[in-house]
Order: sequence, then structure tokens, then C-alpha cells
Amino acid sequence: MTFAVLQFPASNCDQDAIHALRNVLGQSARYVWHKETSLGDADAVVVPGGFSYGDYLRCGAIARFSPVMQAVQQFAANGGVVLGICNGFQVLCEAGLLPGALIRNRSLQFRCEHVYLKTLTADSPFTNQIPSDKLLKLPIAHGEGCYFAEDAMLGKLKANNQLLWHYCNTQGEATEAANPNGSLWNIAGICNEGRNVAGLMPHPERACEAMLGSADGCLIFQSLVHTLQSRAVPKAA
Amino acid sequence: MKAKIIITPKKAVVDPQGKAVQNALEHMGYNGINAVHVGKYLEIELNGADQAIARRQLDEACQRFLSNPVIEDYRLEIA
Repeated sequence: MTFAVLQFPASNCDQDAIHALRNVLGQSARYVWHKETSLGDADAVVVPGGFSYGDYLRCGAIARFSPVMQAVQQFAANGGVVLGICNGFQVLCEAGLLPGALIRNRSLQFRCEHVYLKTLTADSPFTNQIPSDKLLKLPIAHGEGCYFAEDAMLGKLKANNQLLWHYCNTQGEATEAANPNGSLWNIAGICNEGRNVAGLMPHPERACEAMLGSADGCLIFQSLVHTLQSRAVPKAA
Repeated sequence: MKAKIIITPKKAVVDPQGKAVQNALEHMGYNGINAVHVGKYLEIELNGADQAIARRQLDEACQRFLSNPVIEDYRLEIA
């Protein structure tokens, strides 16, 4: 499978994503610069973490209007699989590909640590290879990861099974102490209604090898690879 | 012609910056503060002279780009 990893000015997790996809998952992966207007023959898109365009105005606000994001909009509209990580999640929310917004952490602190995630559904291209009782240990590194959506939208996310992960303690409970940023309902990651676009604040690409403290991130990418291999998903034109 | 845009967090959105500033003001002895909201201020210098056209364009820009309607309100003044 071929992954397109986007690069904006000040993306800084693009190389980690390429490394994980190529060298750990054994997939084909290449960079796509923000000025590109085509995703080539990509089977899936990763919007990586970082501080695109310096986080000016709002995180992700400027990146969403870059030429490559118009191609991503089209790719997603055709059912293509798109994963946004950290700043990538912010970009996808700003682009309207995912509902809600990510705002300043409740604590006002930049949080850089490992957290635990509970996967709330296996019914998505991003979670189908994650065992139901498996808690994911993943690193976070963000100052603006507090997920916000209005009550009606939260209800809709829950009703449609769009909540993919929430922050939890080592027992899998979504406690306030386990919530690193004040996200409503401890939300760490969601998908769109079509289930082909997802975003999460933690970094699976930085947790794909045991020597990095956790290899749990592999399960998310393995889910993607499994999905792409087992069903015909649209390629980028 | 100049446009002034003030962007503030929606009331339903938690504003930890505003809360931190409020706490600091209270620690400094400034009393009677009910709430503080921290937002953004933009000044945009315009070449044209038609206020109606400028307002229409900037209203659209505010909704699409300069503010995020999910979490922010904006106020646009042109003079």
C-alpha cells in the first residue's frame, strides 16, 4: 500500500510517520509537499504532527487552505482514507473534514508524556486490528489538544459511533486525572460520519517500536493496512 | 479604509487563558472582575473605498478563515 505523508512548513512528525510506515510496517510511503495539487496514486493519506505555518492565527487554520489540502478534500469525498495526527487532527477539523475543534489545553501547559487510550469501537479503518481489551500506550506532545464540540455534535458523535479513542487510566476508565488536556468526554480521537477520515492527538507514529517505549501505535497503522488490503478503497486520482 | 476585527471565544467554550488572567488580576488586588475573555485583534488595511463591498468580503473571510465559528465569535468594524 502507498501512503502519502503531507509536509507543510513546520511539520515535524512527517519523518517519524515515513519511518514507521516504511521501516516498521513495510509499506510504501512518500512525502507530499503542501504546494502539490495531486496525491498521485496514494492509497491513504497521513496528515502529520507539527506546527504547520507556525500555528499562526489558529492551529491548522492556514494549512487547510494549502493546495494539497484541496486534493485531500477531494480524496476524502471519494471515500479515501485519511488519518490526521496531532497538528494533522487540528488541520482536519479546521478543514471541516472532522467536526469540532481543538483548543488550548485546560491546564494551559504543553503536555509531553505517555498516555493510555481506550479504543471505543473496532468498526473503523483505524481500529479494526486493535483487540477490544487492549489499552494503547501512546505519547502526546501538544499545547492545544482540548477537544471541543457543542453538545448536539457530541451526542451525534456518540450516536454514530464516531468516538474512536478516549484518554483513560491503566484500568481503562475515562477519569479526569487521565485527561491530559481537558477534552470533553476525554475524547482523544474521532472519525467522520463516513468513517474514512480520523484524527487523534496522540502520536502512534512515535510508538511503533519497543525501543521507543511502546509499539502500540502499530495497531492503528496495521488496521489501516488491513483495511486497504481487504477492501477496494478509492485511490487518489 | 481600515477594518478592525475582534475575535473572542464563544461563551460555551472554556477559556483557560481568560481564567488565568482573571486569577492574576485578582492576586494583584484588582477586585470586582466577573470574567476575562482573551481573544484576538486584527487590523486590515484596505485599498478600496466601498465599505459595503469590503464588509461583504471580510464577513466571508471571517467565517471561512479568520475565525473558527465552532469556537469563536467575531465583530467586524470598517472605518
